Amino acid sequence: MAREVAVPLELEEARIERPPLGRRLFNLARQHPLGVFGLFTVGLLFFAGIFAETPVSIFGVNLSVAPYDPQAIDREALLKGPSLSHPFGTDRLGRDVLSRTIFGARISLMIGMVSIFFGVTIGTFLGVISGYFGRFVDSLIQRSVDVFLAFPAIVLMLAIVTVIGDEDSAARRFLAEDTPVPEGSFLGVPFFLDIFILSLAIGVAVIASVARVTRGAVLSIKENVYIEAARALGASDARIMRHHIFPNVVALVVVLASITLPLAILAEAAISFLAIGVPAPTPSWGADLTGQNRETALSGSWWPVFFPGLALSLVVLGFNMLGDAFRDISDPRLRGALGSGGGRGL
Amino acid sequence: MRNYIIRRLMLLVPIMLGVSFLTFAMFRIIPGDAAVLTCGFGCTEEVVEDLRHDRGLDRPWYEQYGDWVWGVVQGDFGESLTESDLPVSTGLERRLPVTAEILIMAMILSLVLGVPPGVLSAIRPGTPLDFIARVASVLWLSIPSFWLGILVITFGLAWFGWTPPQFGLGYVPFFDDPWVNLQQFFFPSLVLALAIAAAIMRLTRSSMLEVLRNDYIRTAWSKGLRERTVVTRHALKNALIPVVTIVGLQVGALIGGAVLVERVFALNGVGFWVVESVIRRDIFVVMSLTLIFAIVYVVANLLVDIAYGWLDPRIRYA
Repeated sequence: MAREVAVPLELEEARIERPPLGRRLFNLARQHPLGVFGLFTVGLLFFAGIFAETPVSIFGVNLSVAPYDPQAIDREALLKGPSLSHPFGTDRLGRDVLSRTIFGARISLMIGMVSIFFGVTIGTFLGVISGYFGRFVDSLIQRSVDVFLAFPAIVLMLAIVTVIGDEDSAARRFLAEDTPVPEGSFLGVPFFLDIFILSLAIGVAVIASVARVTRGAVLSIKENVYIEAARALGASDARIMRHHIFPNVVALVVVLASITLPLAILAEAAISFLAIGVPAPTPSWGADLTGQNRETALSGSWWPVFFPGLALSLVVLGFNMLGDAFRDISDPRLRGALGSGGGRGL
Repeated sequence: MRNYIIRRLMLLVPIMLGVSFLTFAMFRIIPGDAAVLTCGFGCTEEVVEDLRHDRGLDRPWYEQYGDWVWGVVQGDFGESLTESDLPVSTGLERRLPVTAEILIMAMILSLVLGVPPGVLSAIRPGTPLDFIARVASVLWLSIPSFWLGILVITFGLAWFGWTPPQFGLGYVPFFDDPWVNLQQFFFPSLVLALAIAAAIMRLTRSSMLEVLRNDYIRTAWSKGLRERTVVTRHALKNALIPVVTIVGLQVGALIGGAVLVERVFALNGVGFWVVESVIRRDIFVVMSLTLIFAIVYVVANLLVDIAYGWLDPRIRYA
């Protein structure tokens, strides 16, 4: 009896059990319905992108999501409106718009991932170096970043695509011959090299802003006492950057990458829309908004331009909502500010 | 203050040189130049050589670049390589007004569509009005301008009988007939403005919410001031400071957006021209245009910094 009385109050409180994980997730989902919508949309993008067309079959059933070959021309069904056999209709060449839209997810995802990987890696590297060394290195990198930021991103990307993408360009030949990047068809995507070059161009536009943000973070991290301690122990610059600074910016870099991914997807669509990006027969949400599809839209057949653009908008919307919900959950200060206002998820 | 502005403007010089040299360097890397592309089919090596010589493309790169920079210093942007010796400045005279009008109208529209709903949804949080405003802002932020533009053309034609200027009457300059001109430019600017309006609305809302919790707002309320006075005089002026920053930063996005919107609506502006010129490798046009974009971007950011000091007297420029 006496021993129970002696239990400190805090311990008593600590015994209140947290609800099981499933329940917690359910509550979280109920509080952030729009975040769930975002998660669902982004999940759908990945699902459609990965399983758009696959050679894998289970029990004789092929696992492809796209009902038709996105490039197959069907002379029997030219420019048919949405129907049961073609839910999104067909375009002027009789290609199934649904299949093209699903396949476009794969192109978007591929370009988004490659460009983010490329841009964020190099951007972080430059940002860490720039912030850590300061002085001359810093000015050199930051002035170059200024120049890149003063370019409208779209013009920069267009120029790079035209320059590297040119048939005679040395960079293109180098990529084709001396690197493992496949030149022709890869993962069901024709002209993979062109798509890869497009990703590089988008990645270059990503580098500048990532480098700028990372540098800012590094500037404050390097003032910490543990950095001084490491230096006092005789650690080299490279070791300090790798083991003491980099781990502290990783979280920021991951957030940056997730914010930039939808922007990269939009950039791909924009460049392809200008008819410079993804080459013609390959389904791409941006490229499908131009050329013949636009002409047919003007004469009343709206579906070939409507659905790819809708998919693009939904994906960006999903990423935005997911990001908002994530920010609400992770930043308690903001939650307080928006709490009573019902700032949930939006 | 004046010293600060001068120093910031001095920073323009390396950026201008950097931007133009980067453009120049990129286009000099590719083997195929404007001469090959203008020559077209079935042209011989000699004709290409002639064209190249004619346009000065066979000179060493430093001479070409140096000459161009020297020309720009004197106000001469050089000549287009593909449009039969058209001076770049003539092209600019024709096309800059179009782009400038779209940008200015889009800026105004985005402020009109962004600030009042943002304020309203912040002072009435949790109401249907707030919900509608926030849903609208997320939608506007997510719909790409070029797709929206296509929808406007496709359905605008069917439902409102509205056609973009290039398809119908032809472009009417503002000073010839302001009413027709504004009609022509309304939809392109609106399409361009929506995403920025959304960003402004979201920022206004969160910044207002933050400001409204301050002690001086409570003081203002307890003095018995009218709501309108509290909101506009005391809260809004402070809440607008971060909004001004985002407006300045969005200028870059606006220029990029104008490139796409001009393409969608077939408006013969600078954005349309830059895409054409990149495709045709018209180096000096691209260099001149990126130079202008960079100047606009840097000056817009400078204006933001100056406005900052004006809105918040605590900020001093050393």
